[in-house]
Amino acid sequence: MSHRSRLAVAALLVAATVTAGCARSPMTVTITIHHSAFDVTEVSVPAGVPVTFVLVNEDPIDHEWLIGDEAFHDAHRTGTHASHGDVPAEVTIPALETRQTTITFDEPGRLAYICHLPAHEAYGMVGTLTVEG
Amino acid sequence: MRRPLLSLAVAATAILVTAAPTLACGGLIGPNGAVNLLRTTTFAGYHDGVEHYVTSFEFAGGGGAFGSITPLPDIPSNVERGGDWTLQRLVLETAPEQRLAFAAAETSGAALDEAEVLLETTVDALDITILRGGGDEVGLWAKNHGFRLPPDAPEVLDFYADRSPIFMAAAFDADRAAELGQALGDGTPIHLTIPTDNPWVPLRILALGKSAAETVQADVYLLTDDRPALLPKAGAAFGESAGLILDHSAAATDSLLADLRSDAGMEWVPEEAWLTKVVVDASADELNFDLAIDASGAEKPSPVDAGFAPFGPMSPPRAPIALFLGLAAVLVIGLPIMVDRATRSSGPRPWAGA
Repeated sequence: MSHRSRLAVAALLVAATVTAGCARSPMTVTITIHHSAFDVTEVSVPAGVPVTFVLVNEDPIDHEWLIGDEAFHDAHRTGTHASHGDVPAEVTIPALETRQTTITFDEPGRLAYICHLPAHEAYGMVGTLTVEG
Repeated sequence: MRRPLLSLAVAATAILVTAAPTLACGGLIGPNGAVNLLRTTTFAGYHDGVEHYVTSFEFAGGGGAFGSITPLPDIPSNVERGGDWTLQRLVLETAPEQRLAFAAAETSGAALDEAEVLLETTVDALDITILRGGGDEVGLWAKNHGFRLPPDAPEVLDFYADRSPIFMAAAFDADRAAELGQALGDGTPIHLTIPTDNPWVPLRILALGKSAAETVQADVYLLTDDRPALLPKAGAAFGESAGLILDHSAAATDSLLADLRSDAGMEWVPEEAWLTKVVVDASADELNFDLAIDASGAEKPSPVDAGFAPFGPMSPPRAPIALFLGLAAVLVIGLPIMVDRATRSSGPRPWAGA
């Protein structure tokens, strides 16, 4: 390998290393539900990073964890879905079970996560997630 | 297990998948989670170490089913259809102006694993199940049997299960009630016979599923051998009695005792007794306690049975020396903890009821 070629390879390695160093690692956030309350009600995550939410339901009743903006929640307040599970931002957690979902938030901003089962939001099952740029 | 005694009353709760427009004396929850709770009337008599608890479920029309969950102080030895006029006669005793109406009524004769099932029986359109288990186990049983529990149910079930793991689940089948020919307003009284040595009346369960500001109203009748000591003290200063009114407290009249004794299953009523009526008129967030009763004459109702300690959020009234010692303990032990917590961020606390 010529000197120029060795320099090119070295440059690529350095670039790859720098890129890997700049990219923030995937993160995990665990939220436990007990007595119909989220134990964590303020979460901050970086934009562009996969975030895995581990949702632990310690109650003998079902709960939901739906995350989105105000328009999203307005739609779900009057929604008729019996359960959720196919969409990462919409999770039903059966009684005494754990579910996890992974979401990458591309844009900075503030979102809310809420349980939209009847009366649960009014009872206080609301949290805020801040996506930082 | 602590063994409360006179227990009683009421209850509340959860409802089957397709809750129908039916109402009962307990708290009921509709399919959308809303609670329809009529003024509750229940009776708890205590004599010879046995509590007799009578409540009623009223058919209000419609189809489908609803349910109710009632905490009990101990395992019932018998569950049967109650007499036809016990509750109405008690109302009459403390509201004499309604005597004519009563006469008419009398004439008409009207995961954890699930909780362990101790007893199952059917009374008219009611399917009754006596359960034993912790809050999670009872909640899971209820969920798996179609009861729709409100968001405050997990905390409330734990509140009771910590003291007594016995619950009564009642599922009312309105369709069957219609088939049985029950008319609107017909009630199905249930009489539980509960051997126990320490009576209490569950009140907090009445607030289940209610928003903090909603009002809970109930009439609780107690029939005991002697004048009972109560905790909280109904009618006492705010903070000691919040929401409880001592509406009647007197030796039971001979006519009342005779009328009660003549009803089905009420032959146990003694020749002499003391009648107490406690009116509950409180906001749901106020009603975070139960009614402890000491019918022994010792004048020492249990703070634990009232839900004040060690599981309740409030402290019972104490003698001054105990108060001073308690404050000292709080300052020495609690202050550092409070300071520590104050330095941490904390999310909003959920409010009771919904």
